[in-house]
Amino acid sequence: MSLSAYINGIGVLGPGLADWPRTAAVLCGRHLYRPAPTVLPMPTILAPAERRRVGRVVKLALCVGLEATAQAGENPVGLASVFSSSGGDGQNCHELCHALSLAGREISPTRFANSVHNAAAGYWSIGTGAVAESNVLCAFDASFTAGLLEALTQVVVDQVPVLLVAYDSEYPQPLHAKRPIPDAFGVALVLTPSRRESSLVRIDAELSSSVADRLEHPALEELRSTCPAARSLPLLRLLAAPAGGRAALDYLDASRVQVQVEPCA
Amino acid sequence: MQKFTATSCIGKGAAQTFQSLTEGRSGLTHCDFETVDINTHIGEVPGVDAAALPDDLRRFDCRNNRLAELALQQDDFYEAVQRTAARWGRRRVGVFMGTSTAGILQTELAYRERDPVSGALPVSFEYRSTHNSFSVADYLRQRCRLEGPAVAVSCACASSAKVFASARRMIEAGLIDAALVGGVDSLCLTTLYGFHSLQLSSPTPCRPFDVARDGISVGEAAAFALIERLPDGIDSNSVFLLGIGESSDAYHMSAPHPEGLGARRAMQAALVSAGLEPGAIDYINLHGTGTPSNDRSESRAVVSVFGPTIPCSSTKGATGHTLGAAGALEAVISALCVQHDFMPGGVHTNEIDPTLMAHYIRENRRAPVAHVLSNSFGFGGTNCSLIFGRAG
Repeated sequence: MSLSAYINGIGVLGPGLADWPRTAAVLCGRHLYRPAPTVLPMPTILAPAERRRVGRVVKLALCVGLEATAQAGENPVGLASVFSSSGGDGQNCHELCHALSLAGREISPTRFANSVHNAAAGYWSIGTGAVAESNVLCAFDASFTAGLLEALTQVVVDQVPVLLVAYDSEYPQPLHAKRPIPDAFGVALVLTPSRRESSLVRIDAELSSSVADRLEHPALEELRSTCPAARSLPLLRLLAAPAGGRAALDYLDASRVQVQVEPCA
Repeated sequence: MQKFTATSCIGKGAAQTFQSLTEGRSGLTHCDFETVDINTHIGEVPGVDAAALPDDLRRFDCRNNRLAELALQQDDFYEAVQRTAARWGRRRVGVFMGTSTAGILQTELAYRERDPVSGALPVSFEYRSTHNSFSVADYLRQRCRLEGPAVAVSCACASSAKVFASARRMIEAGLIDAALVGGVDSLCLTTLYGFHSLQLSSPTPCRPFDVARDGISVGEAAAFALIERLPDGIDSNSVFLLGIGESSDAYHMSAPHPEGLGARRAMQAALVSAGLEPGAIDYINLHGTGTPSNDRSESRAVVSVFGPTIPCSSTKGATGHTLGAAGALEAVISALCVQHDFMPGGVHTNEIDPTLMAHYIRENRRAPVAHVLSNSFGFGGTNCSLIFGRAG
């Protein structure tokens, strides 16, 4: 059973990957990959008080979501969304657990409100005015692929455009030792049920048990294998390739999701 | 939805849960959980720590997964999952589990045992199979030996209502034929101290829609349902998931829209998806947390869609607010209402707030219940309404 949709906009931000055009240039070999710490822009769509409150994953998710919706020419207000992340806001989680380990157990109400796994989706809705349905998922290392399946089933079954945002950021120590995600990486796709003028590619996806694709470049493969959202890199490489192609994305245990990408141009 | 079960502070399994509702019994007690020092009431499930995980899944051991295991043992639910897997094939059964905090209690405890020199967490601490939001979905997938798609939905207090939407879409898309859906959330310090810090937890047992309501009582629960493609033979006692509506508030992280606009859109969308007029709903199981702002905006939303006469109540006075498990727990309660033609009166509510125009019932009613709507709303302004009913 194959799921089909059209991709109309792409957003990427990660270590040494400043946006989708520059990521595409790296993935199709036009530019060298130079790893560097991820630089997260201030989310200007939030009010100043909210900007100060939000953590790295929220800035990351908003940045890639905005890049993808802008490229697709899609107004976020009525756009359904799927957010998927393995761990949410690691720094905030650490601060809460640390405060709860102290005698006074004084925790900040803002930190608590921001501790929900759907914080990025909530700020997306507040910042863009998005009122449509929004789902927020976690599948540990399979979070990107689980999000892709959720978004594609929504596009196919409900026949609506969907924004997929997958994002992960590092935990500080001591949690970092138990969950060593190296840096912030996020990816966003605007998926639609039918082809539009802005459509970039057609994507077909199905469950499979083939071997997951890896990246030849050691630093990019390191990113793919250590950051759950970067499990999307084999798909992004197809999106950057002029001729499209096929790839198997890591999913749960022995299962994979096989994707086929065909350019619209 | 042929099979379902729930375990909360009012009962282990559907029969005890229903009996507590008919007796108007609340499971809320003064908080003496772990080392928590807050003047509040909680809905604690007795015997969670005695629930043992199988030896080969010990790495999942934490309060949240023990609660999941305890609930799995009720109502022959584990056996029902195995029958479903045998009927459709293990790869054709998915797992969709709502949770807000999963096993974070394990991390809270581990932070107390950090190495005094290096700051490291204890070697025995397992992040992936306890703390991570996916842990409970992963546990149930492995425990029940299911091989289909699996995911945790974590949208705060709407989490385990939204699992029904994800599962429904994946069944319709043809990726799976059946799904184990539900929600599991267990007591932890993050939520008890967190709601306290927001001044959203009540010192007394919560009193939804009461004129003197002053916050929630945090509870814990695990509730599961098996949903599947329409089977050939339909049991006359079967309850159907008829409609789902979702929306976002675009308003505030921890406060609902004052007019309940998002809640209204979710209820309207659920009616449209079920193909029902508002008058077809017999009873509404409210989100009804007992905070001043939630109940006010929810009442406005309900009245704007259904008018002021439809009977509605919150069961959180009995169960507490079970957060990421609330959607699934209240889905099970809604299914029991349909099966037994029953509407539970809200407990602990003494004097209904006269400014709330929704028709809040405090006494149990025995009356035909063909369709129930259940509301779940969460932090981040996320809303989900579900409609359950009989066939036809």
